[in-house]
Amino acid sequence: MAQYLIKRIALAIVTLWILATAVFMIVHVLPGNVGRHVLGPFASTVDVATYNHEIGTDRPLINQYGSVMKSIATLDFGNSYQSKQSVNPKIKDALFRSAKLAGLALLLTVPISIMGGRFAAQRRNSLADRTIVTLGLATSSIPEFVTATVLAWIFCIEFKLFHVYANPPDGASIIGQFRYLFMPSLAMAIVYFGYIARMARAGIAGALDAEFTRTAVMKGLPNGVVMRRHVMRNGMGPTISVVGVSIGYLFGGIVGVERVFNYHGIGSTIIAAVDSHDVPMLQAAVLCVGIVYMLATLAADLAIAFLNPRVVLAGNR
Amino acid sequence: MASERKLARRENWILIRKRPGFIVGSVIALIWVACALFGPQIAPHNAFDDYAKPNLTPRSGHLFGTDGLGRDVFSRVIVGARNVLSIAPPAAILSIVLGTMVGLLMGYRRGLIDNIVSRIVEALLSLPTVLIALLAVTTLGKSNTVVISIVALLFTPIVARTVRSAVLGERDLDYVTSAKLRGESNFFIMFREILPNVSGPIVVELTVRIGYAIFTVATLSFLGAGPPPPTADWGAQVSENFSNLLGHLWWPTIFPALAIASLVIAVNLIADAVQSVLEA
Repeated sequence: MAQYLIKRIALAIVTLWILATAVFMIVHVLPGNVGRHVLGPFASTVDVATYNHEIGTDRPLINQYGSVMKSIATLDFGNSYQSKQSVNPKIKDALFRSAKLAGLALLLTVPISIMGGRFAAQRRNSLADRTIVTLGLATSSIPEFVTATVLAWIFCIEFKLFHVYANPPDGASIIGQFRYLFMPSLAMAIVYFGYIARMARAGIAGALDAEFTRTAVMKGLPNGVVMRRHVMRNGMGPTISVVGVSIGYLFGGIVGVERVFNYHGIGSTIIAAVDSHDVPMLQAAVLCVGIVYMLATLAADLAIAFLNPRVVLAGNR
Repeated sequence: MASERKLARRENWILIRKRPGFIVGSVIALIWVACALFGPQIAPHNAFDDYAKPNLTPRSGHLFGTDGLGRDVFSRVIVGARNVLSIAPPAAILSIVLGTMVGLLMGYRRGLIDNIVSRIVEALLSLPTVLIALLAVTTLGKSNTVVISIVALLFTPIVARTVRSAVLGERDLDYVTSAKLRGESNFFIMFREILPNVSGPIVVELTVRIGYAIFTVATLSFLGAGPPPPTADWGAQVSENFSNLLGHLWWPTIFPALAIASLVIAVNLIADAVQSVLEA
């Protein structure tokens, strides 16, 4: 187990390094001169050159690459080109806001999807099963900005049940915040319902058909025990890994929802940084999304290994 | 051998055709393809410069109402099919071609190349496709070629991973060994021996990728990386008219949104039918 853990963490670090390098490469072909972009078209050439020297974009690429690597190791991502202040507090705020939204979305979607998947798996090919599977296919294939737009229109604008502008005012109570955050989280939850429910159904269906389940039933165990100890424990692997992946995507991938509800999460931070050529902000935000994804998938893999130790053996093959 | 394969393919096709999901999905998808091909001929009004009174509610003559400039929303939705359908399927096909080549190489050669590419695939998967595509489009400029290439490149690793795992199941089978003993070249073995035997997963992947490509292209347009106005594009229409929802002018936003939804659902119904037959 320890060996598996070390191997898994080492792989995550290598992956993160590749990610950082890829981001560095994309960012440094961004067209145009950063100083010119920040200072505007009327600044003098000398000022632009001084500015570029100050922020270090006139250094050789290899030096700049070195400082990016250092900033990841120390989790200190430098100063924003826009505000000249450290990007860390802004990134932290945005991550925290994204975490609130992602957390609420997971809370909404995970239990319902797993129950739906289990319900469908136990009644395979019935009308209920087909409805859940088709509904899941539909909800997970619609782009989240479409779902968010329709929800915002119906529940926030026509029925005025929730706020269209999803940023709760400072100091709002938890219940108060809920009226802001519920609709965007629901939009995310609807998108992920399909993925998770279909995965849960497939995993549980596989475990229901397995020999060990047959044996458990034959030796007279009550149904609840068979489901809990044998079927769910063995059948949840794929579901846990899809939840892990979803956490990563929920953090950064839901730009569409953030845009519709005007929410200032990490996704809209990235878009704003792209628009203003704020390279440190962009790198920090993209890498944080990558780190969250790594941690979430790592946690999911460990949970699977814990539930089903055979995975560890298979991984060492 | 070849004729057997042909027969099996025909049987699969008959099975696929019978699935209700496939029938429903195909009908919807074909309607949109017709709109993409003949949009300007089908549309009752000119989608770009036929200005009626602005913000008319849906009524006869303007089935989906008119937008803030007085353009017919129904016509713009019909014409808008062209943009997404001329970008997403080519991107998906390109990613399948590239991904198949990479995946064949990874699965057949294993070793260092497989390890390196697998790491890159992992790293790319950890980033939301839409964000990276958006970054690339702002860098390289908004053109259809750029969007097609970027979406294709971002999907390639995912396709490669699928093809790789299919190839792993084939590479140690007798027919590969005997081809090696016959002294066939690696190229021949990969493309003429293994490729036909992994065509099932590749076809499934293609249908799934088309769905995701539509998803991605629509989202990119919504986020502002789509074609410039006055081009009719569903994602752009949603974002252009979104703020008017607050004034209860819902039709210019909701109809293109529903168009996107219907197209992706249709493609995914087809993909699901293909998958359940080919992977049974």
